[in-house]
Amino acid sequence: MIKDFWKYVIMFVVLVLIQVLVLNNIQISGFINPYIYILFILLLPFNIQGYFLLGLSFLIGITIDIFGNTPGIHAGASVLLGFIRPGLANLISSRELIEKGTTPNMIQLGFANFIKYVIIAVLIHHLVLFFAETFSLSDILETILRWILSSFFSILIILGSQFIIFKN
Amino acid sequence: MRSLFRFLLRNYFVLMFVALEAFSFSLLVSYNNYQRVTFINSTNNFVGTIYERLSHLDDYFSLSKTNAKLAAENAALRTQLQRRIMLQDRNPLMRPDTVDAPAYIFTAAKVISNSVNKQFNYITINKGYRQGIKQDMGIVSSEGVVGVITNVSPNYATGLSLLNKRFSIPAKITKNNYTGNLAWDGEHTNTADLKEIPFHITVNVGDTVVTSGLSSIFPEGIMIGTITKWDQADGTNFYNIKVELSTNFRTLKYVEIVKNTKQDELKKLESNNVGE
Repeated sequence: MIKDFWKYVIMFVVLVLIQVLVLNNIQISGFINPYIYILFILLLPFNIQGYFLLGLSFLIGITIDIFGNTPGIHAGASVLLGFIRPGLANLISSRELIEKGTTPNMIQLGFANFIKYVIIAVLIHHLVLFFAETFSLSDILETILRWILSSFFSILIILGSQFIIFKN
Repeated sequence: MRSLFRFLLRNYFVLMFVALEAFSFSLLVSYNNYQRVTFINSTNNFVGTIYERLSHLDDYFSLSKTNAKLAAENAALRTQLQRRIMLQDRNPLMRPDTVDAPAYIFTAAKVISNSVNKQFNYITINKGYRQGIKQDMGIVSSEGVVGVITNVSPNYATGLSLLNKRFSIPAKITKNNYTGNLAWDGEHTNTADLKEIPFHITVNVGDTVVTSGLSSIFPEGIMIGTITKWDQADGTNFYNIKVELSTNFRTLKYVEIVKNTKQDELKKLESNNVGE
């Protein structure tokens, strides 16, 4: 349990640092802003208490907000992701796995289910994120383009990182 | 009462979700109203220190570029100085007024964090109110206008970058002195829209756009960019003008903070007018 605690603390710090120091500085175009810190929310164990899940989602969201001068935007999108995660877990996993409290990673869920899990989560999170950022429905096509392109790169980076970690 | 507690306990997940979302939303909305949320931005000391460390590292990779820019600025300033000396030599009676303090004072600062890929971009610099930086001071670089300071902590300050949809500045076309309002278009990191220039003015591609001096933030004549495209929209009396910004926001390293020593006096005077 203690070992797990430190594992998640390190993951939190590493993901935040990668996000704010590397990915927030990617300047390919204004349309591609991958956000991979949500991997932290996705990898929390299945049997985590509800208030803990929401609290940690909020914490990582507000941390990204503080670094990026975007108060409330990432916090809101992350809390929503935390909220839908139990439902999402039911959708892609068996009751048995959930009750055992496994970590929803690539090995436990299987490759296909993990991809499904990541894609749904990233799409929902990024949709809320980019509309909250623009805060209007004008330029809706641009926002949608930003959502799709960024989601694509986020999914790619998240799956790629998991693949590399579990291959070793 | 007991049933209320039972209800709260049973639905705490939903209730907590709603509470956290409401809190996030209130942060977002209050920021949209220009009210400053002091803790939740990168002026705070912890975030500032991390950004500053990283910026030190990053500096080594751009030394030669920064050097070239500083050299170019040196050359430009020297030319200005020569011109001024020449003018004085020609007319010995013309002497600058040494009693009056200069209206604008420039303080050099380093950019430690700068985003360009969002709709509302911000810039963080390594000087704060201990170094005399205050809200509403302008930020310029050797290339042109950069933004305006909005939040100040003891050692750091953040400001709206010109690449922020909440920021607009009065600008004028140098050739004919007509003024309009310049704001970012939200699309490219090097273009902005100049609005409110009426149809009867002749506008050409390549015309220079500079600060108008109508706001108390920037002195008159600081470079903003050049006109690259213009057209006449139907149903309005104004041009749509695209301006290519002279500042390269992607490589911004060193900036100067502009302090208008007469800003307070000016604001007081103008508020008197409103009162009457």
